[in-house]
Amino acid sequence: MAITISKNKASRGIAKRVRELTGVDLSACYQCRKCTSGCPVSGMARCTPAEMMRRLHLDQNDELLDGDLLWMCVSCETCSARCPMGIDVAAVMDALRKIASERGAAPTRSGASRRGGEGNVPLFNKAFLKTVEVFGRSYDIAMIAAYKLGSRKLMADTEKFPTMLKKRKIALLPPTGADRKTVRRIFKKTKENKAADK
Amino acid sequence: MKYAYFPGCSAESTARDMHQSTLAVAQSLGIQLVEPKGWTCCGATAGHQTDRVLAVALSAATLAKVKSLGLDLVVNCAACYNRMKVANHEVATNPQVRAKVAEAIGRDYEGSVKIRHLLEVLLEDIGVETIAGALRGSLAGMKIANYYGCLLVRPHDVTGFDDPENPTSLDRMVAAIGGTALEWPHKTECCGSGLSMSRTDVVVNLTDNIVGMAKAAGAECIAVSCPMCQINLDMRQLDVATIKGRRHDVPVLYITQLLGLCLGIPAGQLGLNKLMISPERIVKAVVAAA
Repeated sequence: MAITISKNKASRGIAKRVRELTGVDLSACYQCRKCTSGCPVSGMARCTPAEMMRRLHLDQNDELLDGDLLWMCVSCETCSARCPMGIDVAAVMDALRKIASERGAAPTRSGASRRGGEGNVPLFNKAFLKTVEVFGRSYDIAMIAAYKLGSRKLMADTEKFPTMLKKRKIALLPPTGADRKTVRRIFKKTKENKAADK
Repeated sequence: MKYAYFPGCSAESTARDMHQSTLAVAQSLGIQLVEPKGWTCCGATAGHQTDRVLAVALSAATLAKVKSLGLDLVVNCAACYNRMKVANHEVATNPQVRAKVAEAIGRDYEGSVKIRHLLEVLLEDIGVETIAGALRGSLAGMKIANYYGCLLVRPHDVTGFDDPENPTSLDRMVAAIGGTALEWPHKTECCGSGLSMSRTDVVVNLTDNIVGMAKAAGAECIAVSCPMCQINLDMRQLDVATIKGRRHDVPVLYITQLLGLCLGIPAGQLGLNKLMISPERIVKAVVAAA
């Protein structure tokens, strides 16, 4: 594993921010790569969890956020479970996704992360959480519609819809009965906290 | 026995079969389940990938409601179970998070509600002997690959569920209802979960690996206890067939559906018609208990 990082750009303090967000001692990682061995997607991605940790050691700048693993990570937490030093690698990945979103380094356009790749996880997460914010519970149909429009992947999975509708496998009407007031309050506070962070 | 019960959002949509079979099995075994009024989304993967406090607050909002009921909380969805356990752990161990969560949900919650997965309740509180006594049918040696996925067992210091690398809860349940639990290596591999739409390519690969391994081990079906595992391993088999040309054709059932069949509950009440890969031969293979 050879890592090249550019030194001509000043670091933007990603490693420091990860430490603040997670409380993880990054220096505890001695690169045994057990996280990578167990990672179900590292074979499909162009970088690995161990490499992300190493890039943090080297205090790489925003280029670190381009790693495709960031948005292929399935949050299975195998890395955290097996780390001999007890490092919560999955929490580090969550922090990196948050930083990427804050810095506009997350994928934004249809079906594209900055380095290619087919999906748009931040858009999906936004669409999902929007339905929770509005209804207090997730609402699949609205979430799918918002994701499809945003990612312009209109045709994906449409061949399954007739069967799913016939089997009533997906709810058509929005969820009712949730305590929407509290949920809206949670989202409002989250936005206030985010504004205060900046 | 009486518990609070958190169905989770999927229970009203893509996992209505999990919900139906949970209620049917509970009723059959005399377990009383009470839904906390006004329960809300646990935040799921999208929550914790976006913001830690948001994720914890969403789960804590429901947990605070359960606390007022004074009952232990039973969850069947592995993902909700995981997020609720994490929320309990975070507010209990991190005063800063607890304060921010209290501000967000409008009341202080300290993490005291006891959260149990349905499997834990069935195995520990009801017990396999009582279940065996209630059986009307048997799986008659059916070979089953038990798939636990990620969220029951990880992070293990938080969920405390079974063994993190080789869990056996589903195996014990399957054995109790006359099935043969297979030894196979992919019990706790990940199906790709919430990336099903946003990175379908990843999920199709993982589904192919897991279902392919189950089939190689001789599985007649896969038993799960998570709506994301179920829908990915079931529905994405169709994509494995079209994209990779491999037709595994292995039905993926909730353990509550298998248990329900053996308790003599009609297939229609267990939501078995909702599976994409037909479970017909599994339903037919259940024989009357001796």
